[in-house]
Amino acid sequence: MAETTGFDFAKNIRHALGDQQLRKNFKFAMGSMIQKRRLIFADEAEFEQLRAIGSAIRTRALAKLPELLARLEARCTQNGIQVHWAETTAEANATVLEIMQRHGATRMVKGKSMVSEEMHLNHFLETRGIEVTETDLGEFIIQLAGETPSHIIVPAIHKNKAQIARLFQEKIPDTPYTEKVEELNAIARRTLRRKFFDGQVGLSGVNMAVAETGTLCLVENEGNGRMCTTVPPVHIAVMGLEKVVEKLSDVPPLLRLLTGSATGQLISTYFNMITSPRRPGEKDGPREVHLVILDNGRSRILTDPQFRQTLQCIRCGTCLNHCPVYTRIGGHAFGHVYPGPIGEILTPQMVGLREAGVLATASSLCCACEAVCPVKIPIPGLIRELRNASYTATPTGRVPGEGFKRNLPETLAWKAWEKVNRTPALNAVVTRLAGLMGDKAPRLGPLKLWSRYRTPPQVARRSLHAMTRAQGVDDE
Amino acid sequence: MSDTARENIMRKLAAAVADRPAQIPETGALPIPALCQAEKIEQLKHFMQSVRGEVHVVKAKDWVSRLQDLLRPRALKTLLYGPATPHGKILAAGWPPEDPGLPRLVPYAGPVEDFKSELFQLDAGITGTLGAIAENGALILWPTPEEPRLISLVPPIHIALVDAGNIYCNFSDALTAGSWKAGMPTNALLISGPSKTADIELTLAFGVHGPREVLVLVLEA
Repeated sequence: MAETTGFDFAKNIRHALGDQQLRKNFKFAMGSMIQKRRLIFADEAEFEQLRAIGSAIRTRALAKLPELLARLEARCTQNGIQVHWAETTAEANATVLEIMQRHGATRMVKGKSMVSEEMHLNHFLETRGIEVTETDLGEFIIQLAGETPSHIIVPAIHKNKAQIARLFQEKIPDTPYTEKVEELNAIARRTLRRKFFDGQVGLSGVNMAVAETGTLCLVENEGNGRMCTTVPPVHIAVMGLEKVVEKLSDVPPLLRLLTGSATGQLISTYFNMITSPRRPGEKDGPREVHLVILDNGRSRILTDPQFRQTLQCIRCGTCLNHCPVYTRIGGHAFGHVYPGPIGEILTPQMVGLREAGVLATASSLCCACEAVCPVKIPIPGLIRELRNASYTATPTGRVPGEGFKRNLPETLAWKAWEKVNRTPALNAVVTRLAGLMGDKAPRLGPLKLWSRYRTPPQVARRSLHAMTRAQGVDDE
Repeated sequence: MSDTARENIMRKLAAAVADRPAQIPETGALPIPALCQAEKIEQLKHFMQSVRGEVHVVKAKDWVSRLQDLLRPRALKTLLYGPATPHGKILAAGWPPEDPGLPRLVPYAGPVEDFKSELFQLDAGITGTLGAIAENGALILWPTPEEPRLISLVPPIHIALVDAGNIYCNFSDALTAGSWKAGMPTNALLISGPSKTADIELTLAFGVHGPREVLVLVLEA
C-alpha cells in the first residue's frame, strides 16, 4: 500500500478534528443513516433472528471456503465465466491489465468495488495508459477530486454540494456552477452515458458469489453497475475470496441484511445476478466475463479461529455509521482503504500491526459496531485481541507484527503494577502514598498526554478499604 | 502465474480450515408470510410507489389501450420492445401505425453492436417480467434473446408487465417456486423502482444512470 508510507494517524486525527466542515458533513450523514437503518430493522426480534441466519450463512461459508471456491470455479467455468486467481493485489492488477491488452482496450468503465480500491487499480491502469472512469456517482466525484473514498458505501460523503458544484464546474467542460442536486446528477448522467457507450471493458466488484450455481451478485441503486456489466463487450469482476456463499437460498437473507444495514432499504433498486457471458442468440451483454479471485492476506486471516470472523463481513458499512470515532474523524484519517471499525480489525491483519496496528487504538470499545453488525462480527473483542497482540511477548504468527509495541518502560510499569497488587504490604504503602498526593501527582510523560483532554482521576485521601475499616467492618 | 496462485491459495485455505472441528451452525430460515393475491398486489403497489414507481392494475385484455392512455401525456417519440415475445406481439397488433400522440414502436431486432447508437437515443422500453416480490416491491426479470437486457436499463422510462398470479410473498419464495437453482439465466434481475442515488449529501435523486421512471402494469385475469 504505497500511499500509506509515512502514515501518521495522530496527525490525521488532529487535522480531521480541526476541520469543522468535515465534522458537520459526517455528523449529519451518519445521523441520517442510523435513522434510516433503524426504521428498516424496527422489529428487534426479527432483526436478531435475521442476523443469526446471516451470521450462520457466513460462518458456514468460511468453514467450507476451499470447497466452495472450488465449486464456484467449476460452475463459473461451466457457465463460460473465466476464473483467475491472485495471491496479491499486484497479481490481480496484472491479470486485469493482461485481459485489457489482449483486447487492445484502453477505456474502462468501473462500478463501485472496494477490492479494486484495495488493489489501487485505477492508479495502476492509468500509469499504463488506460483511461479508467468511475461511474458510481460518489466514486465519480472523488475521482474528479483525485481523492479516495471516505466511506465504503457513500464514498463522497465528506463533500457537500457546494464543494461538488465547484468540482464539476472546474473539471467537466462547459459545466455551469449549480448546487441543485438534481442538476448535478443530470450532469453526471450526461457525462457518464458517453463513457458507458464507449467503454471497452466494464469492471465491477462482487457482493456475493453463489457456489451452487456459479452466479455473481451485485447490489446497487444507480444502474451504473448494470451498465458496466452489460454494455461493454468484456466484463471483469474482482472479488475477495471470502465473498462466496454456498447456496442460492443463502442470498435472500444476506441481501436483506446488506441493503437494510447499508442504506436502510428493504432492497436496493437493482439486484443483478450474472451467471454467464452472452449466450448464442442473445443480443446484448458482454461476450466475455472474467472473475478475478483475490487473496491478499485473507487466507492467513482464515487460519485463526477468532480473527477468521473478520471475513464474515459483507461490507455494509453500518459499523462506520454507528462508530463515535469514525463519525468525528471520517474515513480519510484512517489512511487506508477500509476505515472505521471493520477497517480497524481488517487492515492491521492485511498489512501487519507494525504498519496499521495503531488503527486498533481508534475505538472507545462502546460496542455499537457489534450491536448493529448484520453478521455478528465481535469487532470490539477483535480490536482488543489486536491490541494485545501488539504487546505480546510470545508471538504465535496469527497476525504479522506481533509484539511490535512492546517496550521496556511499559513492561516495567506493568511489572511494578503487578508486584504492588500482589503484595499486600506494598499495596498498603502505595495506596497511602497515592492518598497523600491526592490530585497532586506529577503529570509527566504519558500521563501528561493522557490528561490533556481528560480529567485525571483524583485519589481520595483515605482509601475505601481504610474508611470501611474505620466504620467497624472487619477485614474478612 | 494463475495456476501457481490457485494452488498456493487453495493449499493455504485447506490448511486454514483443516484442523478445526466443523462447527457449522444451523442456518434456519425466516418464515414465508401467507398472503392472498390482493394483499400481494397491495404490498407491491405500496413499496413501488414509496420509491416513486407507478403501479396500475388492469384487466389483462385491456393493457395495451391502458398503456396508450398512460403514454399520451408523456409525449414520447419511441418505445423499444421485443417483437418476438408474446406480449410484444400483442403490443404491435394493438398499436395504431400512425398516431402522432403515441411513441413509435422500435423492435430490438439485432445484436446490440448494430443498434447501440439508436438504442441510447430511445425514450422508453417495455418488458415482461417473471413476476414480482410483495415483500419489497421488486420486479423479477430474466432477460431473453427475444427481450434483451438493455431494454430495462438504457431508455429513461421502463414499462414492465406483471402477471398478478406471479407475485411472490418474498425472494426466497420466488427462488423456490421458480426452481432457480436448476438453471440460472445469463442475467437475472430484481428491479425495485427507478434508478436512484443519494451520493450527494444523502439527497435522494432519481434517474442517475438507469430509467428515471418505472411504470408497472399488473395484469389481472
